[in-house]
Amino acid sequence: MALLELKNISKIYGELKALNNVSLHVDKGEWVAIMGPSGSGKSTMMNIIGCMDKPTKGEVLLDGVDISKESSKRLTDIRRDKIGLIFQQFHMVGYLTAVENVMVSQYYHSMPDEEEALEALGRVGLRERAKHLPSQLSGGEQQRVCVARALINHPELILADEPTGNLDEANENIVLDLFRQLHREGTTLIVVTHDPEVAEAAQRTIVLEHGKVAREIVNENFVE
Amino acid sequence: MLFRMIRGVLLHQKSKMLLIAVTIALGASLATGMLNVVMGVEEKVNKELKNYGANITVKSKDASLLTAIYEVGEGDEVLNDAYLKEDELGKLKTIFWAFNIVDFTPFLQAKAALPDGTEAQVIGTWFNHHLSLPTGEEMDAGVAGMRSWWEITDGRWLNEADENADNEIMVGTMLAEEKRWTVGETVALTTPQGKLDAEIVGIYDAGGDEDSQIFATLDAVQALTDREGKVNSIEVSALTTPDNDLARRAAKNPSALNSHDYETWYCTAYVSAICYQIQEAITGSVANAVRQVAESEGTVLDKTKLLMILITALSLIGSALGISNLVTASVMERSKEIGLLKAIGAKDRSITGVVMTEILITALFGLAAGYFMGLGFAQLIGHSVFGSAIDMNPKVIPIVAGLIALVTIAGSLPAIRMVLRLKPAEVLHGGQ
Repeated sequence: MALLELKNISKIYGELKALNNVSLHVDKGEWVAIMGPSGSGKSTMMNIIGCMDKPTKGEVLLDGVDISKESSKRLTDIRRDKIGLIFQQFHMVGYLTAVENVMVSQYYHSMPDEEEALEALGRVGLRERAKHLPSQLSGGEQQRVCVARALINHPELILADEPTGNLDEANENIVLDLFRQLHREGTTLIVVTHDPEVAEAAQRTIVLEHGKVAREIVNENFVE
Repeated sequence: MLFRMIRGVLLHQKSKMLLIAVTIALGASLATGMLNVVMGVEEKVNKELKNYGANITVKSKDASLLTAIYEVGEGDEVLNDAYLKEDELGKLKTIFWAFNIVDFTPFLQAKAALPDGTEAQVIGTWFNHHLSLPTGEEMDAGVAGMRSWWEITDGRWLNEADENADNEIMVGTMLAEEKRWTVGETVALTTPQGKLDAEIVGIYDAGGDEDSQIFATLDAVQALTDREGKVNSIEVSALTTPDNDLARRAAKNPSALNSHDYETWYCTAYVSAICYQIQEAITGSVANAVRQVAESEGTVLDKTKLLMILITALSLIGSALGISNLVTASVMERSKEIGLLKAIGAKDRSITGVVMTEILITALFGLAAGYFMGLGFAQLIGHSVFGSAIDMNPKVIPIVAGLIALVTIAGSLPAIRMVLRLKPAEVLHGGQ
């Protein structure tokens, strides 16, 4: 059953077609990687799927609802309720501790619960670092806090933009293991990356070139 | 969580928040200082202007009529038979604008023969006459307050509290020089009705006609001329509102005003309204404004107030601009953080609420610091300009708080607009 469906979407900036008539189908519980060189439209696609932008043309169905015509306010609600976002540059609130950064996501979703936030940090192996500020955490630790923040509200879709782009190999493996764990639990994952190793961890890879889907690769060696 | 976020921002951006607080404190201090001065300046400026003399003269109707028809003036003998009653003087402090009457003094004029056979004008008046008013108020009235520009070249002011006051006089410098009188000398003043042997206690330089006159207590001149309980005129120093068209129309004929205009005029401290009320209080009197003094007082007061209000407004505009720059810089610095909060589901109004709460908390500290600085500032102005303290007016607190709230909100508007326009996609990883 499809969680996400892009139907002939285009995003046009003046003369530039950042996305040109792209269609995509992602089932619930599926792990999809989106690859492509710079300027291929990866981030634009992520913004549209993440309800942070709207396509110029086409339909975006998330859980059966067309979100392409929704207001910004409604898109914020959908993003808050259904999507967990992970960014390449971590993006944490610098003056809040690790656990507070996780609780911020709860605060805007429903109700902050410190114990639950500590459990989420425990899942990413950072419970003992809960009271540390971002500046006191390594890059890998910060990204793991971001994973904890993304999954704290049990989203249907985790959308990660170059999640390992700024990490060393050891931390990259930790993050990929976390994704595998989430996938096993049934969470749908869309990971935008230019790293073939990260893409190979997914079930399926969509390659974008010049704003179009150039090819689709199914990972035959995908390990559950 | 909200508290943790706000505390975090306040501590994390403490130097910026401190700058915002300082900007607000400066605006609040100027506003507090100026508003306290504006509210207290009326009394101060009027006290200063009272040095230039009375702004209302009261005469009997008969004297006024003679002056108008025959153009007779001060000192003309014919006017000396037109009197007001001394015992009605206290009624001046019972009129609607009693509080605005700051000083007054009666005059009784007479010509007295001097020992060398010449004549001199003797003026009976109050010097520092203590009054127990019908309202229960106590006050000292007289020329000591209303002729503050007199320079005592020798001796002292005549003091009515002295036992011997009715046998004392003050003499103008010209007359003293002409007669070669000195302080301590006794001079015999003679009128057809009586004789007064009075000691010269002071010689004054008034810079005008009064330099050739003799001033004695009202009681002494009444006894000398056998006119007990009578005065020729009263000079009144009153705090007034500058005249406008309504006041000018009313001055011509109050009964020509409609009831609404009449009420407005009567209940405003126009010099004509005060004159009208004095006439109502003192039997058979005509009160006239010394127009030039009354108008210049009002004009100076209005201009002083306007200047201070302008300074306050400019300082607040300056603060708003400063706040605007600092808050905008703070929001720009935090654009990624704000973008992130929006990305994880924060609504525009939540983020606006957080930003405004931070700014208003900062403003509260700035306001408190600025208010106390402003009180000091007001005292500095009071002592350096008026030579006395400025009273703290509690009304200033809500006014300054309101103004600072307005200025802070107005100054934060550009930053709030920026928050509302900020798109998470643009700040978190570019648009494409």
